[in-house]
Amino acid sequence: MIDVRDLGVRFGANRVVEGLSFALHEGGSLALWGVNGAGKTTVLRALLDQVPYTGQVRVGGFDAHRQGRQARARLGYVPQQLALYDDLSALGLLRFVAGLRGAADGQAAVLLQRMGLGDQARKAVGALSGGMKQRLALAIALLGDPPILLLDEPTASLDAAARDDFSALLLELRAAGKTLLFTSHRVDEVAVLADEAIVLDSQGARRVEARALDALLHPEVTLRLVVAEGAIGAALAALAHEGFDARRNGHGVLVRVAAGNRAAPVSALVQADIAVHDLSLEAGP
Amino acid sequence: MIPSSPRVVVRLARKEVRDALRNRWFVMFALAFAGLALALSRLSLGGAEAAGFAGFGRTAASLINLVILVVPLMGLTLGAASLAGERERGTLATLLAQPVTRWQVLAGKYAGLALALCAALALGFGLAAAIVVAGGGAVAAASLAALVGLTMLLALASLAIGMLISSLSRRSAAASGTALLVWLALVFLGDLGLMGTAVAIRLDVGTLLVLALANPVEAFKVGAVQAVTGTLDGLGPAGTYATRRLGVALAPTLVAALAAWAVLALGAAAAAFQRGRLD
Repeated sequence: MIDVRDLGVRFGANRVVEGLSFALHEGGSLALWGVNGAGKTTVLRALLDQVPYTGQVRVGGFDAHRQGRQARARLGYVPQQLALYDDLSALGLLRFVAGLRGAADGQAAVLLQRMGLGDQARKAVGALSGGMKQRLALAIALLGDPPILLLDEPTASLDAAARDDFSALLLELRAAGKTLLFTSHRVDEVAVLADEAIVLDSQGARRVEARALDALLHPEVTLRLVVAEGAIGAALAALAHEGFDARRNGHGVLVRVAAGNRAAPVSALVQADIAVHDLSLEAGP
Repeated sequence: MIPSSPRVVVRLARKEVRDALRNRWFVMFALAFAGLALALSRLSLGGAEAAGFAGFGRTAASLINLVILVVPLMGLTLGAASLAGERERGTLATLLAQPVTRWQVLAGKYAGLALALCAALALGFGLAAAIVVAGGGAVAAASLAALVGLTMLLALASLAIGMLISSLSRRSAAASGTALLVWLALVFLGDLGLMGTAVAIRLDVGTLLVLALANPVEAFKVGAVQAVTGTLDGLGPAGTYATRRLGVALAPTLVAALAAWAVLALGAAAAAFQRGRLD
């Protein structure tokens, strides 16, 4: 579906992306993970042929630059910063884009209903809330039923409830067979929506399983366990016996533990008959 | 299925016409042009009754001066706001994420704006002609058609130059400022500069004519005066030389000069837009 080989993008003297290669098969879901400025959005814009690039980018077998129209017909794009025609009505905007994508005019109303925006059809785009605009942008991306969705930080501008709703919509689309390529800096979002992630950081690009991303980024965490005052000594001994690096901290103990093994210290204390009253993750290792 | 190129261009042009009609500057320009044309035709008609002067000829002569001032300003500013405005708002990137090419976007915008502009001009000229006829004057159909045609060509050339400015500008304010400077240069400085240069370095009359025709506003003026009065004697030695040198080829030369401005400026705009950034 998507085949990127040796992609390079530079703006002036600044190399934003260098030597990036990856492939995404039909029905797959891949996240581009990285901090701000890592080049995640630039990769999506190269797929849309919106930035000059070196290397080869193919979408559905079409060259993204030389066969840009065919390639973009297979892509639906939800940008991070929604720039829509605010004076058009929601339905008017969808009809306008439907004409450009060769989609049936009737699909606009169907998609508005599907995105829960049926009663907002006549409202000006500029008057919609942030969450509604995000769903409208997804409706636009789905016009013409493209097999691939590109999403740039799809839930970054949403509150928690709207984020859950939007993630649920994306999961539905995944289940329906859409191929997803999205950027994110949220580990939880990557874990829920993606099979795999490409980590873009100072060490270059690494492809990892989405569920392993958290462990890769935070190989070791510090847990704070609250136990009874009189049980702290016994807790430290029990944890040391199981090989944990633990020390006293106020009314509890601090334990350093591998990211994928956070429950193990709690199990060790329970087996030693020591009640754990509370626990929290400390910032930093 | 991807729509054909003409369908995409028509779709984009339709949106552009709609946007132009909702653009308060465009509506203000169109109303101002229509109002001034109306007023000029009434004034000219009044003078014609007193002096026995042919009503339409005098109205047309007044309209030429109005066109020279207003039409390049309309075309340049409308064109300048087109791409730069969308780039600034971010909607250009949204548009180009669809299966459309940059030249389709440029062509659609140009076609839509050209249509809106020509419709506004036709309204102004139509009102002026109607006033002349209603006042008992006669409209010289051939002269009116020539004047309208040349005005529309001037509008198309100005619009193309405006779009070239827009394709080279990242901010709409910068594009509008540049468009105003170009308008000043074409309408005022071009004329004065040419006269000054002619006096200072003693340009021969042939070179003077070529330089004058290189300015679309001057090309329009020469063509319009010829169409309305039938002679270029009012333009001095350069006018007389133009008539003698070009003869019947004068009108086609002027039309070609205006059309060349439109085509070349639009081509340059397409080349710049193809390479330019979207943000």
